[in-house]
Order: sequence, then structure tokens, then C-alpha cells
Amino acid sequence: MKLRTLPAILALAGFGAIAPLHAAGISNDVIRIGFITDMSGVYSDIDGPAGGDSIRMAIEDIGGEINGKKIELLVADHQNKADIASARAREWFDEQKIDVLIGGTNSSTSLAMAGVAAEKKKPFIAVGAAASDLTNAQCTPYTVHWAYDTTALARGTGSAVVNAGGKDWFFLTADYAFGHALERDTVAVVKAAGGNVLGNVRAPLSTTDFSSFMLQAQSSGAKILGLANAGGDFINSVKAAREFGVTPGMNLAGLLVFINDVHALGLDATQGMYLTSGWYWDMDDESRQWAARFQEKHKRMPSFLQAGDYSAASYYLRGVKETGTDDADTLMKWMKSNRVNDFFAKDGYVREDGQMIYDMYLVQVKTPEESTREWDYYKIVERLPGESVYGSLEESTCKLVKK
Amino acid sequence: MTDLFGVPIQALLGQVLLGLVNGSFYAVLSLGLAVIFGLLNIINFAHGALYMLGAFLAWMGLSYFGLNYWVMLIVAPILVGAFGILLEKTLIRHLYKLDHLYGLLLTFGITLLLEGVFRSFYGVSGQPYATPALLQGGVNLGFMYLPIYRAWVVVASIVVCLATWFMIEKTRLGALLRAGTENPKLVEAFGVNVPRMVTLTYGFGVALAGFAGVLAAPVMQVSPLMGSNLIIVVFAVVVIGGMGSIMGSILTGLGLGVIEGLTKVFWPEASNTVVFIIMVIILLLRPAGLFGKEK
Repeated sequence: MKLRTLPAILALAGFGAIAPLHAAGISNDVIRIGFITDMSGVYSDIDGPAGGDSIRMAIEDIGGEINGKKIELLVADHQNKADIASARAREWFDEQKIDVLIGGTNSSTSLAMAGVAAEKKKPFIAVGAAASDLTNAQCTPYTVHWAYDTTALARGTGSAVVNAGGKDWFFLTADYAFGHALERDTVAVVKAAGGNVLGNVRAPLSTTDFSSFMLQAQSSGAKILGLANAGGDFINSVKAAREFGVTPGMNLAGLLVFINDVHALGLDATQGMYLTSGWYWDMDDESRQWAARFQEKHKRMPSFLQAGDYSAASYYLRGVKETGTDDADTLMKWMKSNRVNDFFAKDGYVREDGQMIYDMYLVQVKTPEESTREWDYYKIVERLPGESVYGSLEESTCKLVKK
Repeated sequence: MTDLFGVPIQALLGQVLLGLVNGSFYAVLSLGLAVIFGLLNIINFAHGALYMLGAFLAWMGLSYFGLNYWVMLIVAPILVGAFGILLEKTLIRHLYKLDHLYGLLLTFGITLLLEGVFRSFYGVSGQPYATPALLQGGVNLGFMYLPIYRAWVVVASIVVCLATWFMIEKTRLGALLRAGTENPKLVEAFGVNVPRMVTLTYGFGVALAGFAGVLAAPVMQVSPLMGSNLIIVVFAVVVIGGMGSIMGSILTGLGLGVIEGLTKVFWPEASNTVVFIIMVIILLLRPAGLFGKEK
């Protein structure tokens, strides 16, 4: 009797030791996703409420539940303030028990949320933030950076402009984490390609009038005005550049331009501009189909961030489905060892520093004559391979990268 | 070429001129606020939203009804004024006897409502509005390239500001208005309909905001947030100038525009804050503002 029970006890004990790793299952019987972004401010068109709806589409497409456990989405507005973002993230991890946090636009808020997520040991996927610091100096084991970063923008647009002969630059930079990172990364690209930086000026976020900065740019003698800003600031600087006759004497290099900006400014003001994009709604059938679903609801085409929100959420949920758990460490491991394949990214992968590597696109804005229908704005000039457009692991300052 | 702190004098001249352009927006907006506060004692936080409404009306007039800039420069302020009269008649007039804070909260709520409605219809990226054909292009002044439209903004604002000042300080109507706020009972005894006069004053004050909105439409993107970006600065202008002082807010608006413009050259990072630093200093030295009278 005793001899027969002994193996059983040992087997049970053995099972018990392994069980927490494999059978953690779904905590609190619900898979809860938190999404914190700018819902009402300058960046709410490129992400905002419609970004939340993209995540809802991802939830819908996986069936609304996994293994009988419901998937829930919480959405909040951080008003572009880092303190609000981190306080809300902390509350959600502690009180609402969210399993993953998706961070929307604005680098300073995402850097703050990444810190909170690392402290709580939960996955944080940054989709709308650009600062490359997220996967470099401030990388954490729990941060995943989706869709783009400032290095990729600098290498995409910056090199294209320098190669086309734009050697002398003046920077107009948004005065916070994102603008600083974008300027720093672009300056590196320009200098490496033999160009010069003749000056820069840093304008506060949501400046109403850029004309003063245009005069400074004009008097610098530079040929390229690099706009290291985004959203409303970008739109207003392009308008001021036209009004004050900066163009055509100087050429504009919009370092972060979304399709919504092109739409708001019109093709007359933006034609011929080069920009780097992670995705374009009209690039293939799969993308057109998804964009049509989005357009039906929002009466406009999605930005590449909104497509990225869908992609990031569905990749995470695929992980939950395949591993059968919402355990943070299991999923971080899964996300870093599988491939992203959807309409947004082909054969993308999450590197050890947290950056999702995939191919991006250098596009040029069409002229009014070339554009045949609404939202027909881009010509794809070049596919930028993920391996070369993002910073390499050798260049990384992330402490997780083994060298 | 001579330098001042490492910046060529010619470049500075350009910045001073640009400062005047921005200052004229501040002047028209703060003038409306000063008129409303001086005569109604209401802190009209909805001013920025009504400025945005003026710009949107200009855009709507052009894109839905084909009405050009010059028509809307007259029509939009009238419509904004009419909307203001509606607000005053239905909501604001109930608050005259209460503390200032209630008026501020109500008008702040109206701002959120208006901005929210426009945001849900048009998003935040805004709509482009072309400069009217007559005012396109620019002149080279030697030290800078001045778009003709910007020059027009300065001229139009100064004319409107001076006309308002003249009407309130120098005409019989203005005298009645000022008397009506000092002692409404007595003025009513002379057969003047004071409540109607107050309603029309509010309508006129917000019409000025609508006018500034139309002026701004070709220069700035017409967007639901354009008012909230500006309104806080404009309030600071009114406080620095002295709450309720008409000439004070005109001069302070222009002056602060210039100071802000110069800050954009010497220390651009501080250009959004400099107005508030000045406000703190002025409030410490002269609590009633530069042109205000202590009560």
C-alpha cells in the first residue's frame, strides 16, 4: 500500500511544483486591458477615442473572450500630463487589476507609465509614444514599444532628405521629451551623412503662433527646416512657414507627420513632402479592408497609430490564447519569442530591449493632380527594412541587452 | 550690422513687429473681457470658446454657403453676439447677485460644452481657411518679410479697439452704460432700460471675441482648441492691465505681445510662461493692475 502511494505522492508533489508556471490561468476571471492616451487634446485625432475603438476591434475579432473569460477594456484621458498618466496607471494596476497597459500618444506620459508598469511587473505596450528612450536608457523588462520610434523617423525621413541634397538644417523642436529625442536622433543622422546643423529653437507644446520662429529659421541660412514636432504644432508651423515665405526658399522636413495632418493642411500645402510611416491604409488589400471597417465608424481613415493599437492588442491577446494565461512574465516571454503577422506588420518581432522590429515606409505626399479620391495622399517611395531603420542592439544603451 | 545680446537689431525689429501682430489679438480679446467685467462684473471664461466659434462660423460660411471672408467678418461677430445675448438672457443674468466664482464656473462649463460639440464633429486637427485673395502675399520691409494679412490684422484690431474705447468713454451711450453699472436703480428712474443695456453689452463683448476669431481663421488652423490655448494668456493680460480698464487692456495686450515676441528670441522655452511671470510681479507691486483703480 505504502509503496504504491509513494509514487503518487511524489507525482503530485512534482505536479504541484510545476503547476504555478503552466496553470496560472486567467487572473480574476477576466482579461483586463487598460488604455491611457490623449482623449481630448492636440493628439486626440491621431490616437484618442478612435484608438480605443481599434483595440475594441481587436477584442471583437478574437471573439470577445478567451477560454470563456471575458476581455474588458478600460480607457482614460491623461490630458498630456505625465503625473495624471502615472497616477491612473498605478490605480488601475492596484485597484482594477489590469493585466496589460497600452499607452497612447505623448512620450513623457509613456515614459512615466513604463516606470509604473515595471514596478508592478505588468506588460506595458507603448504605441503612440515616439521617444527612443523607451527601449534605450529607460528600457524595462516589461516595456514593449510598438509602431515607431524617433530613431526610425530620423533614419527614414532624415536620410531621405540629406540624400536628396538637403545638407544644412535648422530645427524647430517641441520642448519636451519627444521633441528632444527626435531632434537628437535626427541630428545624429544628418551629421553622419555629412550635413550641418546651423541652429535650433525649442517651442513650448501647443504654441499658438510660430511666426517668430520662422524669422529665426530664415535668418539662419539653413536650407532645410526640420520640424521635430507633431499634431497641431506641426500643422501651425507649416502654415506659418508658407505665410512668411520660408518655403520655397527653404524646404520643410516634417519628422513626424500623420495622415490626419496631411488631411487638415490639404495637399496644396503638403505636396512633395517626404515622411516616414509605419503603415498606410491603401498599401494592400488586407489594410484596405481593415481601414474600411474603421472608416465606417469614424468617417475618416485611420492613422498608423490607430492601426498599431489594433495590432498590439491582438498580438497580446493571441499570446493569452496560446499560453492560456494572462500572467505577466509568461506573456512577456511569449511576446519576445513569437512573430507579429497581421495587416499592420509582416514578420515583426519584439527584441530583447522591447522594440517591435518591422518594416516601415518612406512615403511622399501626392500632388493634388495625383490624388484621385479622398484620403488618397501617399506614394510609397521605399520600404525601409526594420533591421536597418531601427537602432541596432550594438547601439542600444538598454541595460537588458547583453553585449 | 549692430548686435544686441548677440541678436542683430534688424532681426529684433522683425520680432517686435510680430509681437504687435500677436498683441493685437490679445488686445481685441482682452478688450471684450474688460468690457464685460467692467460693466457686468462677470468673469467671462467662455470668451475663448466664442472666439473659436467666430473662426468656425467664418469657415462654415465659406465651405457650406460660399460666403467669403469679408461677409463673414461682419456676419460672424453678429451671430456670436446673438448667441451671447441668448446665453445672457437664459443663464448668465441669474448670477449677477452672486459671487464672481459662480459666473466663472458657469462660463467655464459653457466653454467645455462648446469645445466638446465642435471636437466631436470636426476633431482637433482643425480645418484650413485660405487667406482672402485681396490680402495674399507680402511685402519685404528690408529687415523682414511681412505678410499683408498680418498687417491687416494690426490695422483692423486697432481701429476696432479705439472705436470701442471712444464709444464707452466719450459718448452718451457709454456714459449711460457706466452709470447703469454704478447705480442701476437711479439710471432706471431716468427711464433707461438697464437690463436690456446689460444684455446688449454682453452681446457686444462676445461679438468682439467672434471678430478676433474671424481675424485669426486664416493665420491659425480653425480648431476647437484654438480658444483654450489663448484664453489663459488673455486673462493674464486683463489682470495685468487692471480688471475692467478699457485702455489698460488695449495697451497691455499690445505690450505683452511684444514682450512675448522678444522672449521667443532670447529664451524660446519660456515664451509660454513669460506673461505669467509678469503677472506675478505686477500683482505684487500693483494689486489692481497697471491701469486699474483700487476700490
